[in-house]
Amino acid sequence: MNELIDLALDAADQAGASYADVRISERETESLTVKNGALQAADSNRSAGFGVRVLVDGAWGFAASSLLEPGEVTRATREALAIARASGLARRDPVALDDTPPVTASYRTPVEEDPFAVSLDEKLAILMDADAAMGAVPGVSVREGTVEAARERKTFASSAGARIEQELTESGAGIEATAVNASEAQVRSYPNSAGGQHVTGGFEAVRAMRLPAHAQRIAEEAVQLLDAEACPSGQMTIVIDSSQLALQVHESCGHPIELDRVLGMEASFAGTSFLTLDKLGRLQYGSPIVGIDADATAPGGLGTFGFDDEGVPAQNVPIVSNGVFVGYLTSRETAPIVGRSSMGSARASGWNVIPLIRMTNVNLRPGEAGTLDDLIADTSDGLFLSTNRSWSIDDRRLNFQFGTQVGWRIRHGRLAEMIRNPTYTGITPEFWGSCDAICGPDEWHLWGIPNCGKGEPMQTHRVGHGAAPARFRNVRVGVGRW
Amino acid sequence: MESALAQLPVDGEALYLGRDAALTRFAGSRIHQNVSEHDATLRVRAVDGDRSGVASTNRLDAEGIAEVVARAADICRRAAPNPQPTPLSAGDAGGVSSEVGFVAATAATDPERRAEGARAVIAAADAARLEASGAFSTEAVIMAVANSNGLRSRHVFTQAKLLTVMTGEDRASGYAQATSPDVGEIDAPGLGAEAADKAQRSVGAGDLEPGEYDVILEEYAVQTILEYLSLGGFSALAVEEGRSFMELGRQVMGPNVSIWDDGNDPTGLPSATDFEGVAKRRVELVTDGVATGVVHDTATARRAGVASTGHGLPAPNTFGPLAWNLFMAPGSSSKDAMLGSIDRGVWVTRFHYVNIVHPRRAVLTGMTKDGTFLIEGGRIVRPVRNLRFTEAIPEAFTRIEAISSGTRLLAAEYTGINARVPALRIGRFSFTGATAAESDG
Repeated sequence: MNELIDLALDAADQAGASYADVRISERETESLTVKNGALQAADSNRSAGFGVRVLVDGAWGFAASSLLEPGEVTRATREALAIARASGLARRDPVALDDTPPVTASYRTPVEEDPFAVSLDEKLAILMDADAAMGAVPGVSVREGTVEAARERKTFASSAGARIEQELTESGAGIEATAVNASEAQVRSYPNSAGGQHVTGGFEAVRAMRLPAHAQRIAEEAVQLLDAEACPSGQMTIVIDSSQLALQVHESCGHPIELDRVLGMEASFAGTSFLTLDKLGRLQYGSPIVGIDADATAPGGLGTFGFDDEGVPAQNVPIVSNGVFVGYLTSRETAPIVGRSSMGSARASGWNVIPLIRMTNVNLRPGEAGTLDDLIADTSDGLFLSTNRSWSIDDRRLNFQFGTQVGWRIRHGRLAEMIRNPTYTGITPEFWGSCDAICGPDEWHLWGIPNCGKGEPMQTHRVGHGAAPARFRNVRVGVGRW
Repeated sequence: MESALAQLPVDGEALYLGRDAALTRFAGSRIHQNVSEHDATLRVRAVDGDRSGVASTNRLDAEGIAEVVARAADICRRAAPNPQPTPLSAGDAGGVSSEVGFVAATAATDPERRAEGARAVIAAADAARLEASGAFSTEAVIMAVANSNGLRSRHVFTQAKLLTVMTGEDRASGYAQATSPDVGEIDAPGLGAEAADKAQRSVGAGDLEPGEYDVILEEYAVQTILEYLSLGGFSALAVEEGRSFMELGRQVMGPNVSIWDDGNDPTGLPSATDFEGVAKRRVELVTDGVATGVVHDTATARRAGVASTGHGLPAPNTFGPLAWNLFMAPGSSSKDAMLGSIDRGVWVTRFHYVNIVHPRRAVLTGMTKDGTFLIEGGRIVRPVRNLRFTEAIPEAFTRIEAISSGTRLLAAEYTGINARVPALRIGRFSFTGATAAESDG
């Protein structure tokens, strides 16, 4: 491997590249899906390759290939150099990188139980037990459960002298029950929608989910939703559970703090950001109790690693403090524009693509509102909303609309009737400004989102968000005439 | 593939996907990302009666192929039986060796050619004092499938795509996109001019109260709607599981609406076979407003007692079949005629970040983007800030009052679904919110 790295870096240097880096990685995944009592899918995937990134006359070029052979490394490096020269045909200011020092280091995800070493039989038994519990509930039409594992081994080397080895291990699982009638298709998931919960770590995380123990409950709730009350329309107090709030943080904070978006580098695809440079340190993003950090060091987070894909160490940086917007997610190219060094959030989803600014674990700090029960008890009238079902937000990340799988009416400090098809909408700073209570550390969960899309060619990446349930006042719910 | 099948101790399927892709991306009127990628993956499905296992690799030397075959066979051996296994495609379901949609010039596009396209767009932006961002991509793909039933299919195709968003002061924003198998069909100066014109006309976008408005949806917006109808409703599995708006035989849209999927139509982005090697058939999805068909893969087809329509995704597939070569029938109108007929309404260039709120009723929500205008007295009177729509689309498609005679071929942002669609005039389209003013941020 060192031979291939040296080959690329030497070729880039000899061709006049002012900077070059090489990433060689292999990612393996394993997935089991049980659907309606049968093993529907069992697969194992491996993808390996390398990517060479070069800076020539201040312009970028990148080429990647799955052929890990000296001749192909030479060819791809030449291609990256040619592409960089073509980039120079439409260049403005030359790209300048920050002063992050090169390091030689290694990192490995702490793993108690290797998810690839757990037998297929054992994984299957967990899913089958959960499936049977869901299947015992009359009225459930579709049951599905998945267990997944992933491991990426990657080497990063740069012309500045960095050499970093990392091994990242991920585990995830989830179950889902669907019930349908003539007009509705209602779904309940555990521990979360969109494939469940995902972490960096071992199979111990899947065991801790206790999927079978929650299967009957979600199946019953899916059936109950068919005849539940429709979501009321109007302005209401809402309490949002931690998993939905994690996605709220993702869409309304995580994306707009990406500095490449702010600088217009994603304008043609994902959009821009309302958190423009003049807002840094000035904008009251939320109420004074709102604090948000980007923490790539959080144990178990899906956005946790040792070093980003530019060789920058993982860090924990404040994003919102006392409600004030104070920080961006940055890369080595963009951080100097705000007078800083990279905080280490340039991540590539694989060997075949360039690192982009991606979320790490963008976490809402826990508050002082106690437990969820305490918060409900403190709420005289409102809605409690749980588990994401749909999401949409505008290109500057201001106007959002979310749907959740289920809601409950809160009356006189207690959960009352179940609510079907709940939706809520708002404008980001107004919404976070209306946050008047956040539950404490005991209710705080770090959720993994394995399907965050960004960039062209689009990269689907894995990020994390910690959140405790929180309360928001005067939010518009029940959107639309349907 | 032949080697993999020969080494498998049981029946099986081999899917080869080879791809050479490159993309030149520009923002702030400069090229800021410029990439290329070569990859080839072999995916092996081992099938032993009611057991199966799937493994993939992109290491394609003899050792890599032997390893992936062993891995698939091992999973198959250890897997629990599935009473309703996904069958291998029938030997006579494929037999396709197609190069429809392959253009050598696209496959041979170099970074200078892509930079030239980017510069043409940037020049249009410069002339209009706007900033251009966008991407110019080209790719060549080989997809081949072989299975132990004797099926052999191969399809080679290319795709070129150029899109741009142009922005300027005072909320100016415009968009243009084109896609084709032939890079020579991509008119970069024309796209630049289209986006610049739209951006210049959107300067100073002001508020508009959300509510119900007659709308003109340009082709970009219609393509996105069809994309989400496909994701949520045109699949046999979605119908089987009761989560689709499609009720076969029933009038689900207006009588002026016909939608179909056709992977062999050269005016689309052809895909002659699916990922199970089955030759694609044209499927009439909605005919004169009546739900007339859904797309099948081998699994849904077996359960329904019909033949696969050639819409299977790579194994193991729990998502179900997907219609990704969509067409909507044109009408006889034009966007100018539609505009002239509207007393008060909204012109929508495109939608952004659409999602499914309620799959059974195909309720979608999303934002307008890059050119939203108020129409009064049959003409555009001013640009407006982006609006959020929340609308049950089949119901909205009962209120289509005019359909353009011209169509455009467009590719989706996220999903790979492409569609050739007209522009639509729809009555009482529901906008449920608006984006905030700059000062709110």
